[in-house]
Amino acid sequence: MAHHPTGEEIEDTTVIPAAFDFKRASSAAEAISLMGEYGDEAKLLAGGHSLIPLMKLRLAQPTMLIDIGRIADLSYVKDAGDHIAIGALTRHMDVEKSEIVKQHVPLLAHAASHVGDAQVRHRGTIGGSLAHADSASDLPATTLALGATYVVQGPNGQRQIAAKDFYKGFLESALAPDELLVEIRVPKTSGGWSFQKFNRRAQDWAIVGVAAWRNGNNSGVALVNMGSTPILATSVSAALANGASIADAAELAANEAEPQSDLNASSEYRTHLAKVLVRRALEEASN
Amino acid sequence: MTMTDNRPNTVVGTRLLRREDPALLTGEGKFTNDLSIPGALHLAVKRSEHAHARIVNIDTTLAAALPGVVAVYTGADLESLWAAPMPCAWPVTPDMKNPVHYPLAVSKVHYVGDGVVAVLATSETISRDALDLIEVTYEVLPAVVDLDEALSDKVILHEELGTNSSYTWPLLIESTPGCVEEAFKNAAYTVKERYVQQRLIPMAMEPRAIAAVPQPFGGDVTMYSATQVPHILKVMAALTLGIPEHQLRIVAPSVGGGFGSKLDVYAEELLCLALSRKHNVPVRWVEERSENAHATIHGRGQIQHVELAADSDGKLTAVRFRIIADMGAYLQLVTPGVPLLGAFLYAGVYNLPQAYDFSCTGVFTSLTPTDAYRGAGRPEATYAIECGMDALARKMNIDPYELRKRNFIQKEQFPYTAFSGLTYDSGDHALAAEKATQMADYAGIREQQKTQNVPGAAKRIGIGMASYFEMCGLAPSRVLASLNYGAGGWEAATVRVLPTAKVQVVTGTSPHGQGHETSWAMIASEKLGIPVEDIDVLHSDTAIAPLGMDTYGSRSLPVGGVAIAGACDKVIEKARLIAAHQLECAADDLEFANGLFSVKGSPDRSLPMAALAFAAFTAHNLPDGLEPNLEAQYTYDPPNFSWPFGTHICIVEVDVETGKVQVLKYVAIDDCGNQINPLIVEGQVHGGVIQGLAQALFEEAVYDSDGNLKTTTLAEYLVPAASDVPSIITGHTITPSPTNQLGVKGVGEAGTIGAAPAVMNAVIDALSGLGVTSMAMPASPQTVWRTIQQAKK
Repeated sequence: MAHHPTGEEIEDTTVIPAAFDFKRASSAAEAISLMGEYGDEAKLLAGGHSLIPLMKLRLAQPTMLIDIGRIADLSYVKDAGDHIAIGALTRHMDVEKSEIVKQHVPLLAHAASHVGDAQVRHRGTIGGSLAHADSASDLPATTLALGATYVVQGPNGQRQIAAKDFYKGFLESALAPDELLVEIRVPKTSGGWSFQKFNRRAQDWAIVGVAAWRNGNNSGVALVNMGSTPILATSVSAALANGASIADAAELAANEAEPQSDLNASSEYRTHLAKVLVRRALEEASN
Repeated sequence: MTMTDNRPNTVVGTRLLRREDPALLTGEGKFTNDLSIPGALHLAVKRSEHAHARIVNIDTTLAAALPGVVAVYTGADLESLWAAPMPCAWPVTPDMKNPVHYPLAVSKVHYVGDGVVAVLATSETISRDALDLIEVTYEVLPAVVDLDEALSDKVILHEELGTNSSYTWPLLIESTPGCVEEAFKNAAYTVKERYVQQRLIPMAMEPRAIAAVPQPFGGDVTMYSATQVPHILKVMAALTLGIPEHQLRIVAPSVGGGFGSKLDVYAEELLCLALSRKHNVPVRWVEERSENAHATIHGRGQIQHVELAADSDGKLTAVRFRIIADMGAYLQLVTPGVPLLGAFLYAGVYNLPQAYDFSCTGVFTSLTPTDAYRGAGRPEATYAIECGMDALARKMNIDPYELRKRNFIQKEQFPYTAFSGLTYDSGDHALAAEKATQMADYAGIREQQKTQNVPGAAKRIGIGMASYFEMCGLAPSRVLASLNYGAGGWEAATVRVLPTAKVQVVTGTSPHGQGHETSWAMIASEKLGIPVEDIDVLHSDTAIAPLGMDTYGSRSLPVGGVAIAGACDKVIEKARLIAAHQLECAADDLEFANGLFSVKGSPDRSLPMAALAFAAFTAHNLPDGLEPNLEAQYTYDPPNFSWPFGTHICIVEVDVETGKVQVLKYVAIDDCGNQINPLIVEGQVHGGVIQGLAQALFEEAVYDSDGNLKTTTLAEYLVPAASDVPSIITGHTITPSPTNQLGVKGVGEAGTIGAAPAVMNAVIDALSGLGVTSMAMPASPQTVWRTIQQAKK
């Protein structure tokens, strides 16, 4: 019996996915049209680094894969004035190496460099990671801390969803079945930041992670793998805004969290780690 | 032909790059699953999802109807194909209990992963899809996961045995009856510890793979298998299936690691063989990664009760060990013997009077069978004594290095007849330890601890050492007989000098990552004076190398390598007779060096090996009665085990707040006698240390109370990657083995044996100021954090 890091048990373990059909979309519009056509049977395939492992374990058994990996105009990083606009199909490595991201949102560039290993970062995409909505992944929490907005496109055009409204549950997002995440808009930040990823091996999901920035009384702190969704630690930011010390604010780290227990950590240990890591993150971000 | 015969031949001892690597590194290695076999059917095995259950009903109707499915078999369907049950070659005691089991379960399943139904299909994908269509109804029975619970016999797993205990193997050695008890009574210091050797999953990079191919006529069958033991497999498969042994050929193509997990005879091998013969078509199978975690043997799995008695100086006066060893669901090829491979080593590298009280009880559980895993019994023994020595040092409040120095068997005591009667052939433990402590700056770290490990420190530093030795080589045959081992410990070699002075070395060893093709060519080159690139090494095919005992237990060099040297000697002696004949001198008047025979005192009268090889081939001018051709076979049965040793030191920093352990430095001083290829020795030490360090910090097969394995993928079973481990500083002392002509000892398991106790001693040392006196493996951040919290209470 396999075990997904977020707690779901998997009955039959195998490396061979169930049978599926495959279509390649050449534009966002075509992808959306195919999604409308195939509905629940279809899954979008971008970099494949979240979906394919689930399919190999037969935890996901889509009968239609719609490959959006070659939609060229969804891979970009742009300076859009007050924010950075990142195309959903931009690979993690391109986010990590982007001079624009490094200059204006260094926390995001740094977090991207911690996703999986180098092979994963060359294949996996930022949009794929966010749309997969895995609370154990680094980028959902990071973009949440940064107050990002996601642009999604459906049959009737585009709409924007704030990161804080996007994550609904375990692997569940606010995306409608016929909607495609097309762009991530991240406000430019100034001030200090920190990304704390605690794990046993470098390539693993975080046991607990913290993405944080601070600029005087303003701050954003989000937690990786502290619940079924990425967690915005609003109590911490509120305490800091009210003048609390870092140590006192960090004690509130898990207020919004509902940490699960798994092989690596009990919920008690996770809570403890969150407090330690938030304190360390804020200390680093305040330097 | 180039005359190379006069160049000084010093290839042995050089860091020659491995000839195996270019193909492997460029993806050209030919593994079992790379073989193109037209018309093969694919086997898939439906496995039990319960740890302990009675099979009530199996409905294969839907699976059999799936297009592409050729046949579906239950265990009952195949019973008539087996001439004998699955083999266990090591009945360690006359009354050992061994449940009869067959490649597919018939009435009961005994672990999650136990094979229940076999499917043959025209494609691998169809074979797997068919598994989802098979309905097996079970009556679920209680699982037994815990070893103490297993011993209690509250739930008996194999009813026909009447107990979960397979055997108890005692080794009580006393100079006078009762002296162990007496020594404990009179001891100035005693130590009583309980250690758990967690189950480990070997996780060879290549999972198992098999292709059984019936030959066009005569009933012969060739089986390709990712195995470490083609020769043993041939014998065992012949006996189990009733196939005449001469009709069976086993080939191990490129094999991607084993660590003992491919030292076995597996159900799928027997299924592929039997079904390929039944259907008269090739049948192949390749294991999936998670399937591997369930269906390939696990290692370790012991509870160790450790007691040491020492006098007021800390010198050991008696030791007592009670081992409970997890056999898993069934006895595989050498399952019961694995813990006993360490049975003689629990006193470590220390002087001990004849006051040794050891016993091991093997028990059945509802889990994957255990069997040999890198080190097999010796890492467990070394862990018990080396962590025990640190516990003793803490009790005495003296430095653990000082305690070891007081107890080491000294250099001048070798060859050393131990309490057990075994002779340790050579060693210099004090020197290895001194070298290691210098390279690790042992004294400097002790100083650093005084300033760093203060109350309230966020990060504490620890240093731990392990001085180990081991008995490996798995020979001599007569000693193996006294342990009831079901085979010998010899190794065979053939050296064939071809007419053009190219050489074929045929070995009975079966490399799966060790670099034998390189090392064996180096040995033959050195002996024969023929360039190493002119020497080919043939192995792992029972048609080409019919005699062999294969590769495991750090035996290949000290047994198989020495056999090659012996075969070379026979070739040289034959060549000498031809040279003497042609040079018209007495054989004794000839010197042989660098591939050239020359008459003593008349160096211009000489003949190179190349000329003699051609002369032996033409047979135009040979001494009367001498057989043509230059070829010799030699089988070597060593007079003693091989006794490598060394000291490993680990320095760690522990984050007290999170429990995370970071290894700052690792020093490994290993003495494996003379080194054929230091590059390969280093590689073995690196890999071994990482595997031992992985047991200490990362790896554990975790089961829930129902016997479900929770660590079934490499996301949960934490094999460390390069980014997670330190650089390893290696060094060596060289104490040649006096028992073989090459002066060599094994090195394949040494790193694994030394590493786990060195790392764990370092972790405990770092935290001893906080009151921590023991730590469970793996020392995961959560475990370390919890242990610190408990110590604070």
